[in-house]
Amino acid sequence: MAPISEGTAVRAAARGAAKRRRQALVFGLFGALVFCALAPLVIILIYLLAGGLPAISWEFLTRGPSNMMRSGGIFPALVGTFLLVLGSSLVAVPLGVAGGLYLSEFARPGPFTRLIRLAVLNLAGVPSVVYGLFGLSLFVVFLKMGVSVLAGSLTLGVMVLPIIISATEEAARNVPASHRHASLALGATKWTTVRHVVLPGAMPGILTGAILAVSRVAGETAPIMFTAAAFFLPRLPTSPLDPVMALPYHLYVLSTEVARADPRLRTGTALVLVTLVLLSNLLAIVLRARMRARQGGGGV
Amino acid sequence: MAPRVVDSRPRPALRQGRRAEIVLAGLASLSLVVLGLIFLFLIKEAAPFFRVYPLGRFLGGTEWRPVSANVRFGLVPLLSGTLVVTAGAALIAIPLALGAALFVSEVAPRRLREFLKPCMELLAAIPSVVYGFFGLVVLSRWLQGAFGLHSGLTALNASILLAVMALPTMVTLSEDALRAVPDSYRNASLAIGASRLETILHVTLPAARSGVAAAIMLGLGRVIGETMTVLMVTGNAPQITLSLLDSVRTMTATIAAEMAECAWGTPHYHALFAVGLSLFLITFLINGLADTFLRRGAK
Repeated sequence: MAPISEGTAVRAAARGAAKRRRQALVFGLFGALVFCALAPLVIILIYLLAGGLPAISWEFLTRGPSNMMRSGGIFPALVGTFLLVLGSSLVAVPLGVAGGLYLSEFARPGPFTRLIRLAVLNLAGVPSVVYGLFGLSLFVVFLKMGVSVLAGSLTLGVMVLPIIISATEEAARNVPASHRHASLALGATKWTTVRHVVLPGAMPGILTGAILAVSRVAGETAPIMFTAAAFFLPRLPTSPLDPVMALPYHLYVLSTEVARADPRLRTGTALVLVTLVLLSNLLAIVLRARMRARQGGGGV
Repeated sequence: MAPRVVDSRPRPALRQGRRAEIVLAGLASLSLVVLGLIFLFLIKEAAPFFRVYPLGRFLGGTEWRPVSANVRFGLVPLLSGTLVVTAGAALIAIPLALGAALFVSEVAPRRLREFLKPCMELLAAIPSVVYGFFGLVVLSRWLQGAFGLHSGLTALNASILLAVMALPTMVTLSEDALRAVPDSYRNASLAIGASRLETILHVTLPAARSGVAAAIMLGLGRVIGETMTVLMVTGNAPQITLSLLDSVRTMTATIAAEMAECAWGTPHYHALFAVGLSLFLITFLINGLADTFLRRGAK
């Protein structure tokens, strides 16, 4: 092999420097793209805070809309969203936890398990407006529930079921096998082990999933448009078969259908909705980070 | 004599365990039941429409005029609306998502990554109606000024917002796929003298390509199914166009806008279920495709 001449070495070094410059440029571009992707979050938050904060007051949060929804507050919509969140959690959490525990603890590889997994995957991909159609045809019309909290809760509950199932399964899988073995060695049955060892161990993960589901329910509009939401209601619902106002639907109505609405009212409504949703997501993120830190520490 | 294995656990406990498994299996199979019910009820409600309106005229019809003397239920304008908005969103989101995922997974230091990932989740958490509100009130005005448009309520407005909404899914899942590439690949490439950039472009990205493809498909699945944003910002004119600067009407927006107004049991009502059924089948197909990509990647 010929010895490397000085000129070659210099040229190689120059090529190396050019390469490094190009690399720095491309990495910088990648970084810029991340901040482009996150910029909308910041822009929207600033816009909502600037326009919405002046609207927020005790009256805004505790009064109903007045003057054909051109003034007043959002209290009935807040209550409605709370009821839908509660109702859908009652549907989705027990069913989702059961499904997740089955998949993680009992399911044997085979066509049955594969089918269930496929169903969970596909349920997660069904568009929300299709859930709305489903809720309308099954709960509202076929089961004669009418446009109601009950029908809306069932629809939303079914929609977030895959979230809870996946969260539960993952959380249960992360419970160390040694805990199960310890319990079984003490003579506990499989069910006792699942109930008293796996379930408590998976609880933080399940809770995280449940919070994410709640935040999704609180923000969804399309599934409740035909199943639960009312344009305007002067009073709060008194039975599960009453329709409700809901925060996201209220924002939609204020934005598109109310002529000459006070713009602060809309922005204020959007701000309250985003605050609720982002706070619950932050809670879920913090919970998960603490859980991971604990597991990473090799502790219980 | 062979030793007899005696199960000394009390019988009720054993039976209880078996019963628990059966109950849990039953509850788990509910997701299968629900998926079946969705399909069944969409078909049940769409069927009366196809009895009065031929399938060919629905799939090939170029006009959507549900309330006129001479009603037309043609899917083509709605399909083209969905297509234009989705294509626009894909054009914006895919390069952004690729760059962002590569940065988060391959370039960013650990600390920055731990900060960026939750930010992506927060971006995903903003409700679609809030994006719609923002598009209606702010973005439409910007676009109107920037392109000298009559109205800012166009396919482009929706494409931009939907790209933002699809980004978290695309970035997070692509990043997972990139991080699943074994370090030995990267080290081998670096050891033979490739730069970090060359390693990323010629080794890491190709190795993760099926996962990245699945991430893009799932992000686009979200775009196609998105309802409130497109309903609020596209202007909702059911016309066949390929221009991002025109007003369009998507399949989802049509269902959401018209279901509230049409009477139960009319052909219009059933036609909307036919649109919903088409939408369900399209997303089913996309999810299946994404799943195939993921499976290929897992091999």
